[in-house]
Amino acid sequence: MRLVSTYLIGLIFGVGISISGMANPAKVLNFFDIAGTWDPSLVFVMGGAVVVAFFGYKIVLRRPTPVLDAKFHLPDNPRIDARLLGGSALFGIGWGIAGFCPAGRCLPWAPDRSMSSSLSLP
Amino acid sequence: MLELSVIETAFTPWQSLAGGVLIGLASVLLMLSLGRIMGATGILAGVLTPSAHPDKGWRLAILAGMVSGPLALLVLTGAMPAVEVPVSMPMLVLGGFLVGIGVTYGSGCTSGHGVCGMARLSRRSIAATLTFMLTTGLTVYMIRHVLGA
Repeated sequence: MRLVSTYLIGLIFGVGISISGMANPAKVLNFFDIAGTWDPSLVFVMGGAVVVAFFGYKIVLRRPTPVLDAKFHLPDNPRIDARLLGGSALFGIGWGIAGFCPAGRCLPWAPDRSMSSSLSLP
Repeated sequence: MLELSVIETAFTPWQSLAGGVLIGLASVLLMLSLGRIMGATGILAGVLTPSAHPDKGWRLAILAGMVSGPLALLVLTGAMPAVEVPVSMPMLVLGGFLVGIGVTYGSGCTSGHGVCGMARLSRRSIAATLTFMLTTGLTVYMIRHVLGA
């Protein structure tokens, strides 16, 4: 039951990441290239996801426990430290160089859109 | 290595919004079922750590689901969503390496901090998200308009 439901949740997540454009480095990099070929689409990804999660969490967290687990596993570390900020800064630099975030990198690529085709670009 | 290649992409507000809603929905459903944060970093870390990580099963199931996502789209629509990589191989490797170190130290990425943490109004996640959005923007600017100009 746990595995079937988490598989389906992963499927929804994977479809969402795919159609949103988050797994497409060209789109991600253009989102950040406000001074160049700006593509603001990712505002809608983050906006849609955060709004749905905000209200959804509010409803879900009223329950005493999750449906298939004994308790909610919420991070409760309040510290904003150098490790958090340094790590996040480094992640951003890497994301800005390659255009892939961890979720996007997990997804399979269509064969005709693979790296070889992109490497032939000027 | 830094030769500039830029691929223009179309503005897709509705498709991106639909994708975002699905990402949010998946996050809510994971909280409802297992009480967990839908963070790709945490899920990957849980799977990749060599030790017998407790509860590897659900993480593997989510990853399997994620991988099936684009394949399901391929079956349904006849095409997988575009993945265009305007980045050379050495830069991809370098970027991927920095992403890996960064999310490990920063305890999260776009999904964990940027979506789930922001939705919980976690100060830590808001700080992390603002930080990586800023450095990503600066990096893209540097590469495309300073170094690559």
